[in-house]
Amino acid sequence: MYQYDTHDQAMVDARVAEYSDQVARRLAGTLTEDQFRPLRLKNGLYLQLHAYMLRVAIPYGTLDSRQMRMLGDIADKYDRGYAHFTTRQNIQYNWITLEDSPAILADLASVGMHAIQTSGNCIRNTTADHFAGAAADEIEDPRPYAELLRQWSTFHPEFDYLPRKFKVAIIGSETDRAAMKLHDIGIQVVRNEAGETGLRFYVGGGMGRTPMIAPVIRDFLPPLQMISYLEACLRVYNQHGRRDNKYKARIKILVHELGADEYRRQVEEEFAHVLTLALEPPPAELERIKAQFADPGFDPAAPDAIDLSDPDFKLWVDQNVHAHKVPGYAIVTVSLKPTGGIPGDASADQIRLIADIGRDYSFDELRVSHAQNIVLPHVKKADLYAIWQKLDAAGLATPNLDLISDIIACPGLDYCSLANARSIPVAQKIATRFADIGRQHELGELKLKISGCINACGHHHAGHIGILGVDRKGLENYQLLFGGSEGADTSLGTIIGPGFTEDGVVDAIEKATDVYLAQREEGERFLDTYRRIGTAPFKEAIYG
Amino acid sequence: MSSERFKILTGNDLLTGDVTWWTGSGWSKAVDDAVPVGAAADAIAASEQAARRVVGAYAIDAVRDAQGVRPVHIKERIRALGPTVRLDLSLRPNDPAAAAWIA
Repeated sequence: MYQYDTHDQAMVDARVAEYSDQVARRLAGTLTEDQFRPLRLKNGLYLQLHAYMLRVAIPYGTLDSRQMRMLGDIADKYDRGYAHFTTRQNIQYNWITLEDSPAILADLASVGMHAIQTSGNCIRNTTADHFAGAAADEIEDPRPYAELLRQWSTFHPEFDYLPRKFKVAIIGSETDRAAMKLHDIGIQVVRNEAGETGLRFYVGGGMGRTPMIAPVIRDFLPPLQMISYLEACLRVYNQHGRRDNKYKARIKILVHELGADEYRRQVEEEFAHVLTLALEPPPAELERIKAQFADPGFDPAAPDAIDLSDPDFKLWVDQNVHAHKVPGYAIVTVSLKPTGGIPGDASADQIRLIADIGRDYSFDELRVSHAQNIVLPHVKKADLYAIWQKLDAAGLATPNLDLISDIIACPGLDYCSLANARSIPVAQKIATRFADIGRQHELGELKLKISGCINACGHHHAGHIGILGVDRKGLENYQLLFGGSEGADTSLGTIIGPGFTEDGVVDAIEKATDVYLAQREEGERFLDTYRRIGTAPFKEAIYG
Repeated sequence: MSSERFKILTGNDLLTGDVTWWTGSGWSKAVDDAVPVGAAADAIAASEQAARRVVGAYAIDAVRDAQGVRPVHIKERIRALGPTVRLDLSLRPNDPAAAAWIA
């Protein structure tokens, strides 16, 4: 994986020094809060419901054991012994003091990390397929492009004050594991009929209060033109995106109002101009980055067989282990969704344990998924049992990946100052109601996502079942959406009827699963059955 | 016990970020220490923020009940208590009735 060069390191070190001075000036009173707020936000420090919250960037969700261990140590040293992995592959600390924040950034910089691009109307931390570089179905590892994009976008002066925040996701497989079409820009590595590799650009997707699926704006772009094309996409947005109304400021609104064809025309026109400016980095730079993402030293003789005689281990392998591109290896997903737990939360000890397992069993590489789990991307099948035992002993081996208890949930009103309702307690109640793992497996893949407000950090629009918490006359109320999806079959969920109380929404979901079990046909997921039979049978069962 | 609403002043401690409540002479982490501020809220907020003792100060509605001062809106009650999903980290870690106070 990518290692900082002296330029990268100097940049984050300089940023720490600059921020330390800004904090000192704030504490001394030479900066007012109005002056200081945008500066701290540029360094990931928010003021949330209970305290300062620091959001740390994990570029394209990839990190090594040293970095992961540091994240655990920070949780112990500066926070309350835990942290929260987010739906954008980042990590958040909920109890940070202003005085400590420069020291935390210094600790992060010591392992090549930072909190840049985690706030503000800039190009945010780029996300990627969490199976990148390991997936059996991959055309090409997308992370070199993501790293190039990171280098291009960090502190980009032209795009540091966009009309609104800007999120890019990139994948290298046909299977979309990054909700790519629900980003401002989604980039997919594709191959054309001639066998050449290129990039397909989806522009203008997003969730939030106006969810939209991004249309294809460029079907095939030579990879060595990626930066120029991104530059063109952003320039058109920066020029025409609305700054008078934050609710209409995202690029999805611009693309929708212009129409995809007109937006594409303007981008192509700008692209032709940008190409004359020679902004593209030299091919050698992309090759330099690619070399750092070269496969680790896989053992060609690694045995492919797994002893599945332990039934609990088999359950976990069946659900949480995925095919790897190299025989004898597998991809492990560490569930951060224990029954009744807080989705995405991990203790400092758990974080360090995962770091150690990554170091010892996964070529020192780890990933954070947007589903708030951790991935060990390169594990020998022969080591799976030992890994499972270590994870199980730490409460990290719940065999529930993509099942109803593998819930994406935003922090909600328990932590977030923007939220209207709590998300986590709803997730806990649902997971507890469906605690029987056999029952979960009987239900099969069922992606449930909860947001505590319309900003949709919990991706409720993209849930097979989505829940949106709202404030209804001062009381928490939960709207239920069915039919969303974030994968290759991306779709947006629709609200099925009046909202519920916290307990009521759990009951409603149970009734919906009963309808699914009664009506499903061979091989159908909940989503498939819903799409086939429509809303009526579910509404009848829930409201009838 | 009274259902009569009054204004109290809240904000976050500049250094720690802790939720804090205006007591009439300073700031407390306990909402029950909050006093009515009436029309003085903006002036107090401005002077306390200028003195860098608090950040993001604003007035909210509260009532007084058998347990003391109680913010009217659930969001402020959660601010006053702490995360309901981690009561061990709240201001009432050993109080089984703490979650009920939010409802």
